[in-house]
Amino acid sequence: MNRLQTLFANKKSNLLSIYFTAGYPELNTTLDIAEALENAGADFLEIGFPYSDPVADGPTIQKSSEKALENGMTLNVLFKQLTQLRERVNIPVLLMGYINPIVQYGIERFCQKAAEVGVDGVIVPDLPIYEYEKLYADTFKQNNLSNIFLVTPNTSEERIRKIDGLSNSFIYLLSSSSITGSTLNVSTSIEDYYKRIKEMELANPTIIGFGISNNASYTKACEYANGAIVGSAFVKHLATDNYLQTIPGFIDNIRPKS
Amino acid sequence: MKYGVDEHGYYGDFGGAYIPEMLYPNIEALRAQYLKVLDDDDFKAEYDQLLKDYVGRPSPLYHAKRYSEKYGANIFFKREDLNHTGSHKINNAIGQILLAERLGKKRIIAETGAGQHGVATATVCALKGLECVVYMGEIDMERQAPNVARMKMLGAKVVPATSGSKTLKDATNEALRDWIGNPEDTHYIIGSAVGPYPYPEMVAKFQSIISYETKKQLLEQTGNELPQYVLACVGGGSNAIGMFYNFLDDESVRLIAVEAAGKGVETGHSAATTSLGKEGVLHGTRTILMQTEDGQVVEPYSISAGLDYPGIGPQHAHLFKVNRAEYVSATDDEALNAGLLACQLEGIIPAIESAHALAHLEKMTFNPGDNVVICLSGRGDKDLDTYIKHFGY
Repeated sequence: MNRLQTLFANKKSNLLSIYFTAGYPELNTTLDIAEALENAGADFLEIGFPYSDPVADGPTIQKSSEKALENGMTLNVLFKQLTQLRERVNIPVLLMGYINPIVQYGIERFCQKAAEVGVDGVIVPDLPIYEYEKLYADTFKQNNLSNIFLVTPNTSEERIRKIDGLSNSFIYLLSSSSITGSTLNVSTSIEDYYKRIKEMELANPTIIGFGISNNASYTKACEYANGAIVGSAFVKHLATDNYLQTIPGFIDNIRPKS
Repeated sequence: MKYGVDEHGYYGDFGGAYIPEMLYPNIEALRAQYLKVLDDDDFKAEYDQLLKDYVGRPSPLYHAKRYSEKYGANIFFKREDLNHTGSHKINNAIGQILLAERLGKKRIIAETGAGQHGVATATVCALKGLECVVYMGEIDMERQAPNVARMKMLGAKVVPATSGSKTLKDATNEALRDWIGNPEDTHYIIGSAVGPYPYPEMVAKFQSIISYETKKQLLEQTGNELPQYVLACVGGGSNAIGMFYNFLDDESVRLIAVEAAGKGVETGHSAATTSLGKEGVLHGTRTILMQTEDGQVVEPYSISAGLDYPGIGPQHAHLFKVNRAEYVSATDDEALNAGLLACQLEGIIPAIESAHALAHLEKMTFNPGDNVVICLSGRGDKDLDTYIKHFGY
């Protein structure tokens, strides 16, 4: 079992994951931010590696990617930084990014390196099922890396079942069919979607992402799923002064300590 | 068809549909339905009639006599520049809008670089009374102001893409984001033979009218439907794939695609994708792509806004890899000079895109009696400012 699978075996509800872009706002703060997030109580992390053409991302994460690229972030640099990951961070860590940088790095080399530094899974929004199965699945499995699939309100039941069968840690439920950073709009149809997924009794836990920015949206998401992911709201936080010192306050605003 | 697409949308190693899950239902619905719609008799009748009465097809195959004397071969121009709206883009825009109507879509989005595809899309949206939003890089909007005005007159909303390098690739990203946010009522008309499957195949089918007509016209004019050479310019490659399509299995025909070398392939200011690119994934397709070692997409350069795309369509990538077509390049200067030559020898002002294809004639040697077809994909009115500045008229 990788760390993600262990986490989900032990904790079933109110999980909180935080996304941030590696190399933003500064090149060498990746592990400082990761460590601060763990200390503040995050259950697992998603570290984004930047891409020039991130079509699934909204303006906040796109700008953070542009800045990270300007700062000199590359997969090579990131993996060098992550060689100390497991000296400083214990919670599960996912890498999130687009397929082209992985293709250029080399899929086998990428998976080996990720496993070597202690990464537990990967989220690649532009890698659909067919391409994953045909070109990547074996390499992911050989390196004990979980591939996280996305599900949207428009994903068919048949496809969700297929995704459930291919998943081995959790399924990422998008709160709407939208790009990152859009506001969570809890309409009746969205609640129906959450209920529909819950009633499917999937083998894998679910985590809701996109539009989770405060305690209200986090709490709502946790009613229907095992937890939630905060991305753009945290990337915005990274643009503030003393962002490292104020991470505990940020987390507390999303999920107050009980 | 030997060089055609397989059931999963691949041309050899290239193609596929690398799209976020948010787009999957749209792409899947398109894939499942476009062939059925294209085979439908009502669709075919309406498409054929609009091509004939609205676009003005068939476009002429013009035997360019003074060119033929100069180059020592029978040179023919396939006159896509004479289509309504001034380029081949209208063939695809009409096909996709009729498809969108049959898929029940009420809102059309598109991306455009030089503006020809945006104008074609805005035109058919006006014709059909559909809402139209065109994404265009902020820099391209400045470079192609007359086309921006045309789109607005036609009722389209032109939205500047202000991210990244503010050109075609960023306009494409913005259009994809729009589609992600509006999956149910919106159809995205991609203008080139790029993007996730089924787009490259669908665009190729709509543009294949170019080579379909050419074969018939060559037979009438020369007694043989097969020429020795077929040439076309390539950015994403929609006019080239249409010009090549019905010749792909005729292995005796040499297919030559001319990319934009910009200021020169080695200068760092170029859009010669097959020379400078390597395999990668952009805008939903696995293809040949200009990129850094780390896989970040490199912004290409060409004096022609219609050719400065960092990739080529996946079918072109395949034709390049298996050596079915030759991929060469022409610089800005070579293209501009070729454009001027077309004015002076034949009285035709070609789009600078098409002038790249004409420029390659200078580098070829022919046997007497060779038949050569060049796709004149668009007319040069939109490029007058560039010609004027370069030649000092």
